[in-house]
Amino acid sequence: MILHWRRAGLGLLLALCMAESAAHKPSDSYLTLTVAGNQVDGQWDIALRDLDMAIGLDADGNGELTWDEVRARHADIAAYALSRLALGIPRAGGMAGATAPCPLAVTSQLLDQHSDGAYAVLKLRATCPVDVVTLDADYRLLFDIDPQHKGLLRLAHGALTSTAIFTPDSARQSLQVANAARWRQFFDYVRHGVWHIWIGFDHILFLLSLLLPAVLVRRAGRWQARDSVRASSIEVIKIVTAFTLAHSITLTLATLGMVALPSRVVESAIALSVVVAALNNLWPLITRRLALLAFAFGLIHGFGFASVLLDLGLPQSSLLLSLVGFNVGVELGQLAIVAVFLPLAYLVRATAFYRKAVLMGGSSLIAALALVWLSERVLDLKIITA
Amino acid sequence: MNLVCRFCARALLTLTLADACHAAPHVPADGRQVVERLPGRANPIQRQLLQLRAELSKNPNDVGRATALAQRYIEQARLEGDPRYLGYAQAALAPWWKLAQASDEVLVLRATLRQSTHQFALALADLDTVLARDSGNVQARITRATVQMVTGDYAGARTSCMRLYSRAPKLIVQTCLSSVGGVNGDARASFDKLKATLERHPDTAPGIRTWVQTLLAEMAARAGDNAAADALFRQAMASSGPAGAEPDSYLLGAYCDFLLDRGRAAEVAALLKDRTRIDALLLRYAIAQKTLGANDAAAQSAALRLRFEAAMLRGDTVHQREQARFELALRGNPNTAVRLAMLNWAVQKEPADLRILVETAAASGDAASARTALDWIDKTGIEDRTIAATVARLRAMKGST
Repeated sequence: MILHWRRAGLGLLLALCMAESAAHKPSDSYLTLTVAGNQVDGQWDIALRDLDMAIGLDADGNGELTWDEVRARHADIAAYALSRLALGIPRAGGMAGATAPCPLAVTSQLLDQHSDGAYAVLKLRATCPVDVVTLDADYRLLFDIDPQHKGLLRLAHGALTSTAIFTPDSARQSLQVANAARWRQFFDYVRHGVWHIWIGFDHILFLLSLLLPAVLVRRAGRWQARDSVRASSIEVIKIVTAFTLAHSITLTLATLGMVALPSRVVESAIALSVVVAALNNLWPLITRRLALLAFAFGLIHGFGFASVLLDLGLPQSSLLLSLVGFNVGVELGQLAIVAVFLPLAYLVRATAFYRKAVLMGGSSLIAALALVWLSERVLDLKIITA
Repeated sequence: MNLVCRFCARALLTLTLADACHAAPHVPADGRQVVERLPGRANPIQRQLLQLRAELSKNPNDVGRATALAQRYIEQARLEGDPRYLGYAQAALAPWWKLAQASDEVLVLRATLRQSTHQFALALADLDTVLARDSGNVQARITRATVQMVTGDYAGARTSCMRLYSRAPKLIVQTCLSSVGGVNGDARASFDKLKATLERHPDTAPGIRTWVQTLLAEMAARAGDNAAADALFRQAMASSGPAGAEPDSYLLGAYCDFLLDRGRAAEVAALLKDRTRIDALLLRYAIAQKTLGANDAAAQSAALRLRFEAAMLRGDTVHQREQARFELALRGNPNTAVRLAMLNWAVQKEPADLRILVETAAASGDAASARTALDWIDKTGIEDRTIAATVARLRAMKGST
């Protein structure tokens, strides 16, 4: 639907651009730069009228510029344009203002229509000595023949774009590429991490299964309330820390490609971990050092997180950043759950309601649900391998 | 994945709308295809400009050549309504552009260029420098009066006009004084005096005659004297330039506003259909087409929107008056329109600026802009029959709150 509308809209507007005589407007060029690693790809739209004013394109002087006349001057157009634009990056350890150049080349030339007439389209490519964090741009196109000319820059980095305007008084500009972008990217992955914990019921239920008995203590085959907030909190912190440590290890290893497990195995093992943790509340086998259980199964959950992160698509240039961001997000999501759970559970921990309905009833439900998951995931495995 | 796709789709949409005039970069199939029409070299004016420019580039510090070329470019910008010539004029003055103490000629031209980009304070500073050195510089004095008029400093403008006595021709002095008096509580007498003075000078140069007739026509239109205004506009159109030359865009715009106010949109469409390169004229053309219910009204409106977007992209605010009118008359966004009209009002205060402020204030019901407009009308005593009904509505609105 959207596609159809777009095509129709584009058709209408194109017709309109053709039908209409070109507008009078001050001179602008449109420069788009896309930074990826140490490479800068660009497109530079410069009005033919401006190029004619600068280097003369209309060979026969009849006022009608043909494509042949433009094409014959492609080398001159490229040379002129490249003499008016320099890209570089700040020289590491150099003096302030020292720039290491990113040599520019014109890779092809096309034509395009803007509201005030036809523009030469120069495709650019520049290669910098190292990855670009700050891009130094020195723009001097046409300023000598038209000081009211402006260079309108759109700088893209990943999914982010920023803009800048070059004028004779701001011909040299240092453009922060990576920093702003990297922070945004980092927070994007933090959000993904939080979101994943939020919608990942298996992780939440596993954690809850371990946390439910944390406000209690097993004495003589019976659950009793823990004495203090402190004791309960310490137990919770131990469990959460162990789980975090474990899944961070495997998340990192799997994301960096050092360890790989089939996702079906991982998903089934995660379901199994929930079953085990819930059943352990119903028929306690491990009553102390629940943190150890959290750690052991946390290793499995880490693989689960990794597969989500890998599905999101990781930019090679900022792998670590995304990884840390995602992990931070997961921990924040987890903390939110703990922050809601702990005070409530602590308040009602001494009641029969908590022991019977919440701990036993809740764990039964979790175990039942996890068994369904487990059978689904294992069944899936069987069907696929059959 | 889904999220990513939705984002792409939206980005593409935005791109399509914002840069709709890009047919997408391509390579023309036929080498003989005409891809652009340049200001032709067959045109004698263009040939002269090219030659002057070539001479200057051999001697860029020749102030005589530089000011002559800058003057020609400014004139060309006015005639064609093409701002690129203003940039070329500035380039001709490059060696002196940043000097505080340049020659009088350079400073007057610099002030004119600065005025054209609404740098009014800088323009006045240049003119004051000239007048401190040479109080008899007529061009500097007239330009100063013009800037003061545009910014609403009527007392200052009147003083500037008075200083022209015995230095400038009588008609120039009277034109200066009448344009102030005409918006400052003395409309009738200002019109009569200027009309009488013009009639006493039948041998006036065509350019000045057109200018005076345009002013008179606008004054008659504000006074509600339709017959006189129409006749004067027609005279101005007839006297502008040599036979076959197009009337300048200011005159054409003013006449079209007059016609639109009197329900004569069909005449506007005919007058402007080949002059739509200029934003201000395309705006009037689109309004006329909309009034007439023409098929291409929406397309014209879309084209204008692209042009205003291009101007905003480069950070220009020179066209906020037109943009406010566009938002009000064509897009039906009175709230956006009144915001733009107020921004414009902070910079310039000509009758057209007051008019768009009044109309957007009434359409949006915005109390602050209504108060601003009414205070100005009370303070200056400007009389304008074309906005009288709307002003009455604003007063009623103010009374009811």
